[in-house]
Amino acid sequence: MDKKIFRWISWLLILGGLLLGISALSLCVGSSGIPLKKIVSLIFTGRGTSAHTILFDIRLPRLILGLAIGGALSLAGVILQGMFRNPLVEPYTLGISGAAALGVALNIVFRFHQTLGILSLPVFGFLGAVTAILLVYSLYIRKGIIKAQGLLLTGVMISFICSSLIMLIMAIARSEDLHGIVFWIMGSLEEPNWLLIKVTFLISIFLLFVSYLFCLDLNGLALGEEEAVHLGINVERTKRLLFIIASLLTGVSVSVAGIIGFVGLVVPHFVRMYVGQDHRILLISSFLCGGGFLVFCDTLARIIIAPMELPVGVITGILGGSLFVYALYRKVAKL
Amino acid sequence: MLEIKDLTCGYDTKFILQDINLKVEDKELIGIIGPNGSGKTTLLRAISGVLKPKKGTVSFAGKDICQIGRRELAKTVAVVSQNFEGAGFSVEEFILLGRMPHFQKLQFLETQKDFQIAQECMAKTSTTKFKNQPIDQISGGERQLALIARALAQEPKLLLLDEPTAHLDITHQVGVLDLIKRLNREFGLTVIMVLHDLNLASEYCHRLVLLNQGKMHKIGSPEEVLTYQIIEEVYKTVVVVRRNPISAKPFVFVISEEARKI
Repeated sequence: MDKKIFRWISWLLILGGLLLGISALSLCVGSSGIPLKKIVSLIFTGRGTSAHTILFDIRLPRLILGLAIGGALSLAGVILQGMFRNPLVEPYTLGISGAAALGVALNIVFRFHQTLGILSLPVFGFLGAVTAILLVYSLYIRKGIIKAQGLLLTGVMISFICSSLIMLIMAIARSEDLHGIVFWIMGSLEEPNWLLIKVTFLISIFLLFVSYLFCLDLNGLALGEEEAVHLGINVERTKRLLFIIASLLTGVSVSVAGIIGFVGLVVPHFVRMYVGQDHRILLISSFLCGGGFLVFCDTLARIIIAPMELPVGVITGILGGSLFVYALYRKVAKL
Repeated sequence: MLEIKDLTCGYDTKFILQDINLKVEDKELIGIIGPNGSGKTTLLRAISGVLKPKKGTVSFAGKDICQIGRRELAKTVAVVSQNFEGAGFSVEEFILLGRMPHFQKLQFLETQKDFQIAQECMAKTSTTKFKNQPIDQISGGERQLALIARALAQEPKLLLLDEPTAHLDITHQVGVLDLIKRLNREFGLTVIMVLHDLNLASEYCHRLVLLNQGKMHKIGSPEEVLTYQIIEEVYKTVVVVRRNPISAKPFVFVISEEARKI
């Protein structure tokens, strides 16, 4: 017992340390470098200087949003993979991101953001996400039994339909709107609204706590649904609630940061490979690791062609994808 | 301990089981036998409460199992089923999952008592020596023992097993069934198991329930159930029944087509 706890605590310390390191890195580097030593003094005395502004109005919000979104997406991925016992499920397989993107695209084309304010973009994204969730939910889950395959296929189909509709919108959109849509779809952690960042952060932390109420149930579900029933788990209720948690995590992430692929698929796999199957450690590890990964990718995206910026989705895709293929290859080679 | 009254159940509109009546006493070891598709596993699923009855009741210690909460039921009835998933857990972690029904609300970690019970279950099933190995990398026989250990960790009064000897060699078949018999005799565990092998069922069970096309065909001691008339009627196969020279239990010999002609 002590050995297991010790192992878990070591993992938490390692991941927490990594996260701190990455956070410090992301605060320091960028188009204007701020040495780590200076950050401390800036906190107390730097008010009003440009370095202070860069640190607290640009980099820190971005860091916090990266942690929240990366964590939320990975957590959603780990929950969904756990409940469906399918390694290919990720938050975006359920069609949530496609529908959110469609909502935002509609908003941009109809210029709602000009009349309703810039905050209406995430709101429309979230409405799109909620629509997809309700659709999938009412088709599959309300009846009681979640048929994993039907659910996933429906999600994929919703994604296809949405992306076709987005293409339709883009084909007929004005060129200045086109840029906005493309930019949003590529995903970015640049979000000027502090309040939105705080809300996103609080929601993802809150849902992390809520998901912990189900960590043992997720362990039981790993044995199969009928086995979970034998272990006294109310499987249908658990799956319904887990689906809602994962959907909310995804919906919030997508509507604030756009579509940032791969975090929700790759991070849970990696963490599972190293930390193990037990969801009691898996959930928090995925959250920390996902947050760290996204902040790292975002930092890279900022500095590779500085002062220009790459879309962070490009980095998560390339880095995550190649790391994943490598890890999978090593695993297969070992067998 | 367990009473099944006029049970009819099945999937969607198809009734697999009809009018099943069965009373199981404390400390009995019951075998469910029957041809493929006769409803053996379905009966087990109805007893474990996974399948809701369309008609009739299954009651445990005088209480309808539909009225007992899932968690409460898991503390008294444990199931060893055929399908296995759970790759990635070590044998010990896997067995500890059996303690889950006993966790308090908001309890996330196993207590000392949980570990102690898991140790005892591993000792009983002789799984201690590979407790640190991944559950998906041990042999089929060892895995069956680990599954039984997990069920025991639930501290059940009633143990249900679905073909515990499937795909095992005779060493492990006998090993698993000896273990079940020992648990039944020494620890007073009531056992209901589905068995395909009539001879193993005959050798180990106190009573046999013979199902045929979803109905109870015959129930009684192995001597009463395993007669050549009954087996030929239900299984549509020519057999000869003799006694086992040591245990004196009935033993069913199959006769090949070639041999039948002579």
